[in-house]
Amino acid sequence: MAHAGRTPHVGSALSCVDLLVALYFSVLRVDPSKPNDPDRDRLLLSKGHGCMAQYGALAERGFFPESALDEYARDGGRLAEHPGPHCVPGIEAATGSLGHGLPMGAGMALAAKLRGASYRVFVVLSDGECYEGSVWEAALFAPVQHLDGLTAIVDYNGWSAMSRTHLAMDPFAEKWRAFGWSVREVDGHDVSAVASVLAAVPFEPGRPSAIIARTLKGKGVSFMENDLEWHYRPPNDDDLRRALLEISG
Amino acid sequence: MRAAFVRGLSAAARQDPRVMLLTSDLGFKIFDEFAGEFPGRFLNVGVAESNMIGVAAGLALDGMRPFAYSIAPFATLRCLEQIRNDVCYHQAAVTIVGVGGGYSYGPNGPTHHSLEDIAVMRALPNMTVLCPGDPVEVEQAVGAAAAHGLPVYLRIGRAGDPVVHRGSVRFEIGRALTVRDGRDCTLVSTGNILPLAVETSDRLRANSIACRVLSMHTVKPLDEAALRACAEETRALFTIEEHSRIGGLGSAIAEWSAMNRVPGPLCLFGAEDRFASTTGSQAYLRGLNGLTVERVSESIAAKLAGAVSC
Ligand SMILES: Cc1ncc(C[n+]2csc(CCOP(=O)(O)OP(=O)(O)O)c2C)c(N)n1
Ligand SMILES: [Mg+2]
Repeated sequence: MAHAGRTPHVGSALSCVDLLVALYFSVLRVDPSKPNDPDRDRLLLSKGHGCMAQYGALAERGFFPESALDEYARDGGRLAEHPGPHCVPGIEAATGSLGHGLPMGAGMALAAKLRGASYRVFVVLSDGECYEGSVWEAALFAPVQHLDGLTAIVDYNGWSAMSRTHLAMDPFAEKWRAFGWSVREVDGHDVSAVASVLAAVPFEPGRPSAIIARTLKGKGVSFMENDLEWHYRPPNDDDLRRALLEISG
Repeated sequence: MRAAFVRGLSAAARQDPRVMLLTSDLGFKIFDEFAGEFPGRFLNVGVAESNMIGVAAGLALDGMRPFAYSIAPFATLRCLEQIRNDVCYHQAAVTIVGVGGGYSYGPNGPTHHSLEDIAVMRALPNMTVLCPGDPVEVEQAVGAAAAHGLPVYLRIGRAGDPVVHRGSVRFEIGRALTVRDGRDCTLVSTGNILPLAVETSDRLRANSIACRVLSMHTVKPLDEAALRACAEETRALFTIEEHSRIGGLGSAIAEWSAMNRVPGPLCLFGAEDRFASTTGSQAYLRGLNGLTVERVSESIAAKLAGAVSC
């Protein structure tokens, strides 16, 4: 998609794709034939710039035909480089400006409580995104409201768009814990480990759950891993060929 | 325009040791040279626009001249109250730099489009709003902003914006630049759509319509003297901007015109009051809003012929 659309953010998508695979294929109670089912689980990709991974996962899961992926970043297409609200079935809300997903997710989880509904809300955030104050406003809010239907999954790849994030984030799990979240850490590229952690939410009744997923920006393509260049660079023909070769083994 | 911004900023920083740059995690590689040349005067605060503006205000209140840089919607709307209270209320010498005005970030989608920033920044007391029309203007606007000593919003394009001005120009805050002269009508442009305004004028000229083009790089304060001269010397005023028709340059001129009994018609070209419903390039999204050389020149010709009203 990034090759055809000449877009950036391949590294960001590869960083969270395993999380999304675990979510869409093992965890979420969703039915692609009923994308508006009021009881469906909600997933917000708060790091909207990683949406190539989400578009791909949604297509694979049957929310829309794979051919729709050709509309990515194309004139007149539905799929922008950051998802619009319900731009295709399965996209719950617009993201792209960082720091919006967790507050919206908290609102959705609160709505579930108020309406006595059973759906759960999962929000995938990035570590650079956690510089935003709005993330921490929601992080304060959710435990006070006992939103145990809310799960935050942080794609902790150690990079923002220009620098490392560890200095600001660490100790990351402790921060979330101190705010009142029940926290687990996981290898974010071990799909079955991610799925089994997610199967255990809420970790504690009455508390929102946070998962710190250790990830690699650009995971799966050796020359993209841990290289900020791939936050920006659209892959050319040769990059694409080499990347596909590595991924398909 | 991004590269021109960095050139202008380096020049300003060489002249004035108070000039420094804050970014909220935007501008990969483009500030490396600046950071090398001016140690301690470049700071990535992380993806935290509200904090960036507050910090910039504090720096300015204690003697620095910070520039605070991000993509236009994040640099303006995300941290609006920090801009209003911490910067404008305190008359702090902060320049807020919004990169990617209008549809510059086209396929990124509406979260990255900036079609309300001029309107919102213009409404703030003590704020000066600069939207230079090409890289030459940008480079000089940076110096003017650094010297201004009061809040400035500097709205620039992205990369690849064509150069309009051959040779240098005299950029003064509040003084419009005449890019093409003519007596039939005036096209007042602001920001990165200036090349389209110039092309429109060239096309109209082929149809024997002499269209004056102003680069109204300062939307606030407006160059009222230049506008009055255009209203008196030409038959109609047209405004063009890659921004909502609500609250931008066209609105500002309409307000001025209504309050000052300015003669002659005024018509606005700009973006519709809606979020882009499909994705696409900057050129494509301009086209959806009628912002093409063809559509604008046809429309101007028809209006001057009296065939349609504004
Ligand atoms: C509010 C806001 N500010 C800035 C940006 C521009 N931007 C896009 S991605 C990014 C940071 C990328 O790092 P991270 O959030 O950790 O995501 P990763 O790609 O590493 O998963 C930035 C600053 C944005 N999208 N939203
Ligand atoms: Mg990251």
